[in-house]
Amino acid sequence: MSYFFQLVISGIVVGSIYALSALGFVLIYKSSRVLNIAHGQIIAMGAFIVYALTVWVGIPILVSLLASMVISFFLSMSVERIFLRRLIGEPIISVIMVTIGLMSILDGIIYLTPFGSVNFSFPSVLPVTPISLGGVSISWTQLVGVIITVILIGGFSWFFKRSTLGISMRAVSDDQLAAMSIGISVPRVFGLAWAMAGLSAAAAGAIIGNITGLNFDTLRAFGIVVFPVVILGGLDSVVGAVVAGIIMGLIQQFASGYLDGQWGLNGTANVLPYIILLVILLFKPHGLFGTHEIERV
Amino acid sequence: MKTLTISDVTLTFGGLNALTEVDMRFEQGLITSIIGPNGAGKTSLLNCISGFYHPSKGEIHYGDRPLTNASPHQVAKLGIARAFQNLELFRGMTVLDNLLLARHHKLNYSFLHALVHFGKASRVEAENRKVVEQVIDFMELEPYRKRNVGSLSYGIQKRVEVARALTMEPEVLLLDEPMAGMNIEEKEDMVRFIMDIQKERQTTIILVEHDLGVVMDISDNIYVLDFGELIGYGKPSEVAQNPKVIEAYIGKG
Repeated sequence: MSYFFQLVISGIVVGSIYALSALGFVLIYKSSRVLNIAHGQIIAMGAFIVYALTVWVGIPILVSLLASMVISFFLSMSVERIFLRRLIGEPIISVIMVTIGLMSILDGIIYLTPFGSVNFSFPSVLPVTPISLGGVSISWTQLVGVIITVILIGGFSWFFKRSTLGISMRAVSDDQLAAMSIGISVPRVFGLAWAMAGLSAAAAGAIIGNITGLNFDTLRAFGIVVFPVVILGGLDSVVGAVVAGIIMGLIQQFASGYLDGQWGLNGTANVLPYIILLVILLFKPHGLFGTHEIERV
Repeated sequence: MKTLTISDVTLTFGGLNALTEVDMRFEQGLITSIIGPNGAGKTSLLNCISGFYHPSKGEIHYGDRPLTNASPHQVAKLGIARAFQNLELFRGMTVLDNLLLARHHKLNYSFLHALVHFGKASRVEAENRKVVEQVIDFMELEPYRKRNVGSLSYGIQKRVEVARALTMEPEVLLLDEPMAGMNIEEKEDMVRFIMDIQKERQTTIILVEHDLGVVMDISDNIYVLDFGELIGYGKPSEVAQNPKVIEAYIGKG
């Protein structure tokens, strides 16, 4: 039984990180209907900035986490301002091509730095011995990572539900013309969505980096992993991203915990999420929480 | 007196003139209608005023403020509100939320104020709710306040759209075919609302409408467009006698 709970705990840890990674992706899609292919690169950059500030500059890790979130906030905002602002109103495929281009550019920039070729790992500031409770164990890094994730996701939900800017973002995602006509600056809302996405990506990157080590390919892969997560949750739902993130984490842990090694199976954690995704989409094509528009004819 | 003036406006889409050297004046507190056959450029003209299009030539002023290159949200903040021809409502929200959202631009308290939610923020919020309730009352939307907009009938949705514009307490109200697709009863209601808005709020109203009976009844002035050109202007009785207007509508005899 404790094996089961162990899998549940690791599932939630991985899942909450998926949720945080997916959050930024959903924010951008929700407000501007743009699929940001370069999201994984932004996650990786956030992690590298934290490392550079902590190890090379010598700032305490929590301060550099905050600094990295602020830097990514402004970096993403400038990306929107420079590359995407002029594409407002253009066909969606052109916009997606631009984010693919952005992905290559960011890849190129990262390969110029040591992070492109060398694996680093964060110095451990937290106790190394994991916490054990009745046969179930969780490392301090994982625990702190989950706590930070929960705080951030809670903050984002509050922001969306309550703050004026959050409400304008919802209005823009609902009807752009109407939003403009009541005095909301749509470009500004797009910029803000990118900025918030950058901020959450940086946090996600730093947490992943602390748990798995700083490997560019691993970090970058999170930009791909978010796809099944956000499609499962419904592309434009923040709640959906969180729930689907956790579901995905649990599925993966159960798959590798119970299926691998049985009947000659291996690497099921990488396949099963997609199989389940396909099955769910058969019944709920808009994902679990996605907006299902009913058109009156 | 704040007048909305359009001087010598030309709007070109790749060599095709949607509007050609159009001059118009909209006097404060009057209902001015723009009529013309389909494709005459009526909606294009409204789009120029609301900042969705920018004229290729010519200028638009509200009072002494230039609007020529203003963006839609800036125009909205100057007190020029609009109800669209094809419904543009926040369909996922209730009627009440749609209207509250339109008070968004009045929310000028800081983020910190919003966070603690007392003092200025709660005062502004209370004021906003009061205005919204007045508009709901005025537009007779009480039965629908908590209903999701998407679930309401077309006629009521049109009314919500006008209500949302009113919630912004506009000085100028642009109405793009507010009566299109309505039955007689709904039309009569809408006419009554428009006349009440003019009487009680002294709002300048710019009306684009195909129902000539209604237009002749309630307009103070009428402009007639045809193929993007101004072909007639005057009081309803004058416009009805104008041979060019008759030709555009009925054809050459």
